[in-house]
This record gives sequence, C-alpha cells and structure tokens, in this order.
Amino acid sequence: MISAGRIVRLAERDRVEVHFVLDGEMRSALAGDTLLTAMLASGRALRKSEFGPEPRAGFCLMGACQDCWVWQEEGPRLRACTTPIAEGMRLRTTPPESWP
Amino acid sequence: MSDASSPKIVIVGAGPAGIRAAAVLVEAGLHPMVIDEGNRAGGQIYRRPPDGFTRTPEQLYGSEAAKARALHALFDRLVKDERLTHCAASSVIAARDGRLHVLGQGGMQLVSYDRLILATGASDRVAPVPGWQSAGVYSLGAAQIALKAQGVALGRRIVLMGSGPLLTLVGAQLVKAGADVAAVLDTSSWRQQMRGLLGLAARPLVALRGLALRARLGGRYHAGVTLEQIEADEQGVIAMRWRDAGGREHVTRCDMIGMGWHLRAETHLADVVGCAFAYDAQWRQWLPKADAMGRAGNGVYLAGDGVRLLGADGAEIAGRLAAAACLADLGQPAPSASTDLSELARLERFARGLARAFPWPEAMARVLPDDAIVCRCENVTAGDIRHGVAFGGCEANRVKSLSRVGMGRCQGRYCQLAAVELVAAQAGCTPGAVGRFRGQAPVRPAPIGAFLRNG
Repeated sequence: MISAGRIVRLAERDRVEVHFVLDGEMRSALAGDTLLTAMLASGRALRKSEFGPEPRAGFCLMGACQDCWVWQEEGPRLRACTTPIAEGMRLRTTPPESWP
Repeated sequence: MSDASSPKIVIVGAGPAGIRAAAVLVEAGLHPMVIDEGNRAGGQIYRRPPDGFTRTPEQLYGSEAAKARALHALFDRLVKDERLTHCAASSVIAARDGRLHVLGQGGMQLVSYDRLILATGASDRVAPVPGWQSAGVYSLGAAQIALKAQGVALGRRIVLMGSGPLLTLVGAQLVKAGADVAAVLDTSSWRQQMRGLLGLAARPLVALRGLALRARLGGRYHAGVTLEQIEADEQGVIAMRWRDAGGREHVTRCDMIGMGWHLRAETHLADVVGCAFAYDAQWRQWLPKADAMGRAGNGVYLAGDGVRLLGADGAEIAGRLAAAACLADLGQPAPSASTDLSELARLERFARGLARAFPWPEAMARVLPDDAIVCRCENVTAGDIRHGVAFGGCEANRVKSLSRVGMGRCQGRYCQLAAVELVAAQAGCTPGAVGRFRGQAPVRPAPIGAFLRNG
C-alpha cells in the first residue's frame, strides 16, 4: 500500500522531492533521504527474509547488520541505510533473477 | 604534506576517538589517513545529517552540541587545510602484512601502514526477544540515527525496551520531536539501578541529566519489566507483550520497537590484525587487550568504544592517548598524558556504575524458548544452538559451525552474546569458558567483483 508508510517525518520536511521506481512503480522521496527512508516513507518493508516468512525493514541503520539489502534493476545490491536516494533510481525488493 | 620518510599512520573511524587521534598526529607534523564508513565525519553519536538539512547542533545533540560542533569543525578544518587524507564512505574489510583492504565506492584499494589506530566504536548490544525478526523491530541506535540523520521516526506508535543510558535518551528525544512513544520498558529494576549509584556518582552532572530525561518520559517508563513476546502479523510488529515489576501482563499496541542493552564493542578489525582478547565479566563481552594508552602491540593502537565502553567523552580522550602513544613509540615528542589518564580513570568508574545499574539480561537470554530466533540473519533458533551444544560441546566456534549461529551476513555482531549465554547455560559453564566467535575477513560483506577487478 503506497499511502501506509512505516516511517513518520518529524522534521526536515522542506526538501526537494525526488522520484524513483520501486518494483516497477513510481515513488517519491526527499533529497537527502537514504534508500531506507525513501522506501519506508511509502512502504512497509525493504525485502523478504530468505530464511523465514517475514518481511524485513532494516535493524541497525549503521551499516553493521546488513538487514536492509535492496537491489538495483541492473543487478548490484545496495545497503539501504547508508545509500542516498537519487532522482531516477530503479530499485527492487528482490534480487533480479538473472543476477548470480 | 607527507614524504617518503615520514611514517604512514592510518586511523580507522572518524568518530570522537578517530578525530582526536588525527588532530594530535597533525599537530606533531604528520599526515594521517582517516578511513571511515560514514559519508561525513562525526561517528554515530555525533552523526551529521546530509547536506541541505537545517536543524542546528543544539537541536540534534542537545546538551552535547558544543562537543559535536567542536569535533566537526576541527575535522573539517584539517581536511580543508589538507593536513590529513579522508577516505569517506569506505570500509576496511581485511588486513594482512601491514596492508589494509579498503572497499569504497570506487572499488577496492590496498593501503599500507606503519602504525594503525583502530577507532571502530560500538553498536547496540542486543538480546533476542521472541519475535524480534519482525519488520519494525530496530536497535535503539537505529531509532536515534533515524531521528538525527533523517528527521524521522521509524514507526507511528513506538515501544522502546532494553536498558542503559540510550534507552532513556532515545525515549526523551523521540518524545521531544513529537513521536508517539507508547512505553519505555527497562529490564533493570529500581533496586538494580541503585546498585550502580556509587559508580555513577563519579559524574554527578551526567547522572542528574539522565534523571531529568527520565522524568520527561513520565508514566511511559517502567523499571524491572519482563519482556515476553513481540507480536506481529504478516506486515510486521503489531504489539509488545510484557510483564511489569509486579508480574501483571500488559499488551502495548505498536508498529515499531527499538531495543538495546547499552553497547557492544566493534572488535572485528582488532581481531583480524591479531589483537589478544580477554573476557570482561562486567561488560559480559570479549574485549581486545591494550595498555592504558591504547597500545595493542605490533604497531596497532585501540581507542574509544571499540576497546573500552566509556562513551563519547572517553573516546575523545582515548583518541588523544592512542596518538600520543603512537608518537612516543616513533621516537617523536608526544603530548603529556597524565591529565587524560586520570580523567579516563574517572570515566571508567562511571562506566562500571552504568554496567552495574543497567546490566545485560543474561537470564532472559538463557531461558529463550527453543523456537525463538537468535540469529536474525539466517533465523537460527535457540533450539538449534542447544542442539549444537548437545552434539559438539561448549566451544563457541564449534557451536557456530554446527548451528550456523554467527555465520550470517552480520557476522555474529547481533547474536554472538546471546548465543554464548545459551551455550554456557546448556553446557553448565561460564560465558568466558565458551570463548568467542573468531572474526573473519572480510569483516563486511563485499561483492565478488571487488576482488576480481583488483586481483
């Protein structure tokens, strides 16, 4: 659901809007957002666990736990908590099937 | 600038310890390299938001704003004057034969060093609570980083739990920022907290500030709780089930939980470069060995929360001391250490008071139900670990091999301490006798392409 994001913006709301694509759908975020903030502003999760049924939404936010992996459409994996969002990024919550 | 004859000193980490160490070396005429994972220097506690954010240091760091301002300004000036080399957004993933393998946005590079100062800091010390693999469960540090560096709360209705200074601080910061904090659940009882009082008296102002923050939480704060279960549906957290000090059960609806029990030293690099470790019974974790100045041998120096959990003020001092030791060992004039050493001793008394007042919940970890997940990376359960002990005995790395606990993508950072308690309980020995998971390179996951392109 696009409207029901996990995070709540409490401050720093006057920033330029940027647009990105997540799993084929257009989303918007604010310049300076991490991928984690950008994705959870309009979503509930970043990815599915490979070892259980539950979705995952990050844990440590300091690059230590690696819970927040997401993928670019062209393949490479990104750590959502430490990567800034950029206009036109194309992201996925699952690894591309052709990616080894 | 540096020339071929000047010793090459590399500092890993640009938090309070790393910044102070760099400044001392620059003052002595050296040109250190500072490698840091952050996009901007500051570390976690003085973490800076991205460019374009407008809150002031006073809004971001409260009573610590002046310290944050001073550190940021100092580091920025050293970078601007080209007195040091700053490798931002870069991880040291391995070290061998005096060379660091550094993974940055441009790929992998090898960096050689004559002396190495590790100021790798700490992360939240977490203990599993059944259901903690659910989306919406974060560390306390994560909740604070989200607020400070992004201006967001990680949920609409928040429960914070655990114990330690960060529990109160994050709660008060979120309430002040306008977040809906439903409950702050402290597993330490009032009686336990009083036991740390003598140590806490070493820094009366800091202790009083903590109490003032606690007062802001009002009726949300509960001491001496028992954490039972994180309830979740297919989308994530929906409630926290807990018992108060009187044994009454409560179910608090929430969509976000922040948890943590003070800090766990980040020691993987110290391990990879060959530092010796000792089990610290007070902090209930293995810490690398170093002398009072931070000397760990073989040209390696340790400073800050990665070696002694004294917090940001202690890290600044430890950074200065490590750099002074480094200079002295190079035969260069070093600043006097005596004031810093006695201040560090006072901070140590305070930190020991904190450890007593807000202890690691070893009993909770030891009685986890068999189906509770201990390793969030690969969903290894308490039962899997107990089975590993029954099969292979109580040695930490054997249990790791048999159960895969500690082999996931976080490399044991968030499961190791609870796993060791479970093993100790099952085998009837002390956590110190269980040992510790060996740190392995790469200490951060690295794409295979980074190795292929660089041979």
